[in-house]
Amino acid sequence: MALWPRSSVAKKFLNGLTGVGLTLFIIVHLAGNLLLLTGNPDDFNRYAHKLESLGPLLWLAEIGLALFFIVHIFSALSVYVDKLRARPVRYAVSGNAGGASRKTISSQTMIVTGLVLLLFVPWHVASLKFGPGVEEGYVAIVDGLLVRDLHSWVIEYFQNPVHVALYVLVMLLLGLHLRHGVWSMIQTLGAYHPRLTPLWYTGGVVFALVMAVGFLVIPIWIYVNGAKI
Amino acid sequence: MNKKKMTLHLKIWRQANAQAPGRFVLYTVKDLSPDMSFLEMLDVLNEELTKKGELPVEFDSDCREGICGTCGFVINGVAHGPRRGRTVCQLYLRDFQDGQTVTLEPFRAKAFPVIKDLVVDRSAFDRIMAAGGYISVDTGSAPDANSILIPKEVAEAAFDAAACIGCGACVAACPNASASLFVSAKIAHLALLPQGQPERHRRVLKMVAQMDKENFGNCSNHGECEAVCPKNISIKYIALMRRDYLRALLAK
Ligand code: SF4
Ligand code: FES
Repeated sequence: MALWPRSSVAKKFLNGLTGVGLTLFIIVHLAGNLLLLTGNPDDFNRYAHKLESLGPLLWLAEIGLALFFIVHIFSALSVYVDKLRARPVRYAVSGNAGGASRKTISSQTMIVTGLVLLLFVPWHVASLKFGPGVEEGYVAIVDGLLVRDLHSWVIEYFQNPVHVALYVLVMLLLGLHLRHGVWSMIQTLGAYHPRLTPLWYTGGVVFALVMAVGFLVIPIWIYVNGAKI
Repeated sequence: MNKKKMTLHLKIWRQANAQAPGRFVLYTVKDLSPDMSFLEMLDVLNEELTKKGELPVEFDSDCREGICGTCGFVINGVAHGPRRGRTVCQLYLRDFQDGQTVTLEPFRAKAFPVIKDLVVDRSAFDRIMAAGGYISVDTGSAPDANSILIPKEVAEAAFDAAACIGCGACVAACPNASASLFVSAKIAHLALLPQGQPERHRRVLKMVAQMDKENFGNCSNHGECEAVCPKNISIKYIALMRRDYLRALLAK
């Protein structure tokens, strides 16, 4: 791949850039998911149907998204491999200097939380997006149209406590990933400001919490309320 | 003057040379004054070791007033020890407790091979500087001091970056053993000044390339470097380095 950069700065830049894209994606994703909680199954099914009917446009977006994931993963792996190579002998005692340090559990586990998400995404897509649809009888009538009843499948899916527990766990790890990731990608893109950087450093923590809670509340809510919704 | 004497238990990394395997050796130093500097305490230990016919613990130091960048090792997991904005030569025993066990390790990075005990080879920094950390000037009579006007804020920002003494603590503290703080400080202090402009793009490309060649790690924005830096160099210079690098890449 001639396009793949060799320098550390450029590789990290790709990581930050794709991080921004993926962050924007999960914001939209969460907004869409919250339609599951409106009390009217039509809302979520209509949204899902609209997305599906975009056809080639949706595929294009999905390919783009997949590319962002791939570049994010490979650039992250390169940072990790460089790190292993750069310090072959580890410290016996490891400390945190405090003060200006932004070294946290989150910043030190990015590769782990990232890899968990990497395992999660295919499972998630396979079981929900590519889960049972019209052929399997999951149909609903929305605005006079016969559409896939994804809402029912999601509700059914989260009646399984194992699914709920795993989703909650992964979403907590997503929060941990975002806690460092959000401010870090801004710094990686070269944006530093004496007043704004502390703002998005703290903002990143809040954002991570909102995202994690937003995503994990949905399966819990569905499970607790049973088939009522 | 604090009269109370103190005892320290030291767990020091001893390594004969770059090839030899290292190990920790325990020493106890007694009757220490809390007003002693940390390096003076090591001097005391070394005198005792010499008298006993043992090899003294090797460590680097020169000015012992926090300005030359020669000293530096890791104390209890923190480069330059527990006080912020200080080199290890500016550290005093009053920052430690009587009877405390203190672990001393060399800066650990592939790019900084151990020479002996706590002494590491930091010549990788020199090679990065040689790759572009300068401005080219023709020889001749010195230009008039005020012929290039530089706003005070700019001069101060450049000076903040230029305060880097090249000690290498940033590399030691970085979980990735990245040299980004050092390199960015050196890039920034020239990039901020008019004299640095002609070679600005070339400089950042070459210095980053040399940094990578020296086997330093990449930067994950842990910010631990800024926390241990005796000169409080801000990671804002790393952001500047990244901007400059991108600009240079696009201009190429
Ligand atoms: S940036 Fe700070 S820690 Fe790094 S070499 Fe310069 S003075 Fe030392
Ligand atoms: S010996 Fe010069 S800075 Fe410590």
